[in-house]
Amino acid sequence: MDPEERLCADTWTKSSSSSESLKTPPNNTSFNDFNTQQTFSFNNPFGAQISVTSNANNQKQMSDPQESNNTQDWDPRAMLNDLSFLEKKIHQLQDLVHVIVRRRAQSAGQADEILVQQQQLMTADLTSIIVQLISTAGSLLPSVKQTICPESSISQQFGVTNQTAGVSDNVVFQHNNSVNKLEDPSDMTGFFGAEQNCPIEDHEMKSDDDADEGENLPPGFKRDANLRMHMRGHGDEYKTPAALAKPHKESSSEPILIKRYSCPYIGCKRNKDHKKFQPLKTILCVKNHYKRTHCDKTYTCSRCNTKKFSVIADLKTHEKHCGRDKWLCSCGTTFSRKDKLFGHIALFQGHTPAIPVEESKGSAGPSNKVEQLEFKYKSDAPSGCSCRNVMDLEGSGEDPISYFSPLNFETSCIDGFQEFPRPPFEDSESSFSFLLSGSCDYPPKNGRYTGSNDME
Amino acid sequence: MKKQLVPESSSSRFDLLSEEIVFIILDFLNENPLDKKSFSRVSRSFYAIESRHRKFLKPLRSEHLTKILNRYRFVSTLDLSMCPRITDASLGVISGRCKEMLRSINLSRSKFFSHVGLTNLVMNCGNLVEIDLSNATELKDSAAAAIAGAKNLERLCLARCKSITDIGIGCIAVGCRKLRLLSLKWCLGVADLGVGLIAVKCKEIRSLDLSYLPITSKSLSQILQLQQLEDLVLEGCFGIDDDSLAALKLGCKSLQTLDMSSCQNVSHVGLSSLNSLAECLQQLNLSYGSRVDRALADSLQNLSMLHSVKLDGCQVTCSGLKAIGNWCVSLKELSLSKCMGVTDEGLSSVVTKHKDMKQLDITCCRKITHLSLANITNSCTSLVSLKMESCTSVSAEAFVLIGQRCQFLEELDVTDNEIDDDAGITDSSILAIACGCPGLEMINIAYCEFISDRSLKSLSKCSKLNTLESRGCPLITSSGLAAIAVGCKQLFKLDIKKCRNVDDAGMIPLAHFSQNLKQINLSYSSVTDVGLLSLASISCLQSITILHLEGLTPSGLVAALLACGGLIKVKLHASFKSLLPPLLFEHLDARGCTFQWRAKTFQAELDPKCWKLQLADAE
Repeated sequence: MDPEERLCADTWTKSSSSSESLKTPPNNTSFNDFNTQQTFSFNNPFGAQISVTSNANNQKQMSDPQESNNTQDWDPRAMLNDLSFLEKKIHQLQDLVHVIVRRRAQSAGQADEILVQQQQLMTADLTSIIVQLISTAGSLLPSVKQTICPESSISQQFGVTNQTAGVSDNVVFQHNNSVNKLEDPSDMTGFFGAEQNCPIEDHEMKSDDDADEGENLPPGFKRDANLRMHMRGHGDEYKTPAALAKPHKESSSEPILIKRYSCPYIGCKRNKDHKKFQPLKTILCVKNHYKRTHCDKTYTCSRCNTKKFSVIADLKTHEKHCGRDKWLCSCGTTFSRKDKLFGHIALFQGHTPAIPVEESKGSAGPSNKVEQLEFKYKSDAPSGCSCRNVMDLEGSGEDPISYFSPLNFETSCIDGFQEFPRPPFEDSESSFSFLLSGSCDYPPKNGRYTGSNDME
Repeated sequence: MKKQLVPESSSSRFDLLSEEIVFIILDFLNENPLDKKSFSRVSRSFYAIESRHRKFLKPLRSEHLTKILNRYRFVSTLDLSMCPRITDASLGVISGRCKEMLRSINLSRSKFFSHVGLTNLVMNCGNLVEIDLSNATELKDSAAAAIAGAKNLERLCLARCKSITDIGIGCIAVGCRKLRLLSLKWCLGVADLGVGLIAVKCKEIRSLDLSYLPITSKSLSQILQLQQLEDLVLEGCFGIDDDSLAALKLGCKSLQTLDMSSCQNVSHVGLSSLNSLAECLQQLNLSYGSRVDRALADSLQNLSMLHSVKLDGCQVTCSGLKAIGNWCVSLKELSLSKCMGVTDEGLSSVVTKHKDMKQLDITCCRKITHLSLANITNSCTSLVSLKMESCTSVSAEAFVLIGQRCQFLEELDVTDNEIDDDAGITDSSILAIACGCPGLEMINIAYCEFISDRSLKSLSKCSKLNTLESRGCPLITSSGLAAIAVGCKQLFKLDIKKCRNVDDAGMIPLAHFSQNLKQINLSYSSVTDVGLLSLASISCLQSITILHLEGLTPSGLVAALLACGGLIKVKLHASFKSLLPPLLFEHLDARGCTFQWRAKTFQAELDPKCWKLQLADAE
């Protein structure tokens, strides 16, 4: 275990920054902390890992949120206040990072120790701001309040790491990536949480989230390219070719170990023994791939009763548009909009609009909506904290651990899991999605997105 | 006429003629529908020849469908518009018998069949070219999908098929690529998408009726790109306005007829773009639209092929009419019905320039006088149709001019033309018209109170007369009506409402001679059970209106209703509703007969002056 640990730590430092003297005490501890988690996790596949992370993060805070949870009601005005507070804090954060960048430029020749000291001061400031940010963001939604706690605790633990890790020219990215990295572990817990979450509640959360995304919260972005496009509107400094360039490139000037994963199922194309081996990018990919291709499809869509899924996130994605794509062509293609269907028919010879089996289909739509609303109210009631715990417990029990017999696992997949700590920028896309949903504090959704983005 | 007179022995001489020659003889026997019936009664071979010759069938009762389809095996056109009870089973019979022979079928007025029957029909009758499904309000998109299977379809009428949507029309557009005529009037479920797809897929379209559809310029621009389009009806399309017309870049060179009546959002600004959009336009309907003034008339003057203009119900100015008079084209048809502001000066300037006028409608142009009529009859001598209901300022002598100068007249509407207390139209006017216009087919002399039996006797000389409306002429008696019945065998519509002196004596000759009568109004007359029952011998009688017949008893009514097998529509006073047995309604309903109940109280004395004065006040 030791050599592995070191390997991880090494890759981390190498990839994160150009400076060699980053190993400040807080940094080191946090790294160790992180790595121990990882080592645990790779030893105990999926389910076990969750329990470890959640234990590490949750145990202390478990009592607080439960108390605060039931008392508060949702207040839009308070939410507005929180949002403006968030805005302020983000600006503060930006300024700080600007300062860091400037200092770094000035102090190119200075002694390492002074630099380290300055950075420590900075990072202390940063950490507090980030904690405030996250806790405020979490308070925006009462039902999922308690989920914040683990993250804030992480941020306290890892804030320093982040700050030092990803200092680069692109300030915005720096900021975002650091938060991502920082929350990676909880990302995982979020994902696993989503797995066990009951479909109804999850669905409700998603729809709720959709409503909020555009209106109240600061814009979040699924892809870094989108963010860069957005940032152009904030000033000329974001329009330079450097600012618009893919951040990957800068970091990859450093030698990074690109980690790829293999499916434990022998004979699968994603298995490393396959002739045309196509590796998987992340551990989530492995998990989703395995479930999709080698497991039974147990989740059936409750609306159409025909589509089946093995990954619940896929079911959610399907349910989102199931029944809504009611414009059907004779070729089997469905469309959510009538004009799109007619455009399609005008384009192709011999395609005709298909008549729905029961002509009075219109009544089905509204009734579904009503159901959704009802669910929403129901799922608002239970406190998220208890839910979460139950989920985690179930997760450890029911997760596909049964499919991975230890032997099988070690022989086929060991190197894949070894490299669980991800290189900082490797899948920033999914991480961004987490940032977005993290600010709304929606672990289940976040997990879902990560899963779908990571799809092969 | 009566071919039975040919002796049985001479039929052998007919046998020498080839079947083709007999067919040609039969082709000429189309003036009176009864002639062919007589022909087929001559002999067995005549019967067989007539059965083979007939291509067109318009049955009056759907219950005999199997029998007649067995007899007429070469029918290619089947008009079932008289049978309101066509079901899926009837369609099954038709598709089973007619097979590939059937080319045209008219199912309008029936709403008891579904997509199942239509699918059956379309599958078996692969050569169907024409389908009329008007008023099938229950048909849904699945029925439209069934029609889409008729690959050879060229003419399709879906008027008032309210439940068909864009999806159904999309199916038809894809399936029926040879469509030339399509009517979507009142198909309220169809909008830009469906119409646009028709324009994209059916390039052969010649005639398109889009009345009252919620379409905009989006699909209009696609429609105008149809290279063959000749006839376009956009009545009541509120989505089309000046801006959408102005936005249209490409014109339609082939367009000949355009109906934009009731398009209230189109003014002369939009219409001026017609000069470039439809330069070959021949007929234009702008009824119930914007004001007809100089600007509008000038905006249309470059349409060099125009020969028919309808401006019904528009506000018309004198300068506007003068500008129309100055158009370089020669109009054949002009309709100014219910136009406010038509004066002698304006109308005269139009009719003196457009000497080829064949149809003129000046209904309710109350301001015109003797002068206008003199000008009309003087310059427009080839007039075929003249409608001048309620032109209350025209004197009696003026109508004599019509008889003297308009010898080609076929339609004349002089309803309610009387000047206050003086005599308006008199017997002498009608006498002149009846003598001068031997081709008269339709005449309306309603509410001309001074007309007597003399007029009817003179009109009986017009053997082509098929429509006579003499509502509210108290001087008319049964003897006048008998003269009409004997003289005018073609009569199919008769209105003798409020002719108090007409009684059963008038009905008996009518029942005997007018075997083509389809529609009759007997309200407020003196007809009793006997007269009504005698009418039952007219087999094609479809519609009767019998309100306030004092001599009518419930039992007589029941007998008459049961005897008239072909009835489709009966207008009755609501008081009979409770007096008749409910079982009778069920029976008649199953036969396809509908009832319209009126609860108006009896108006003892007719006083037209009262409402005429009210109207004058309103103006």
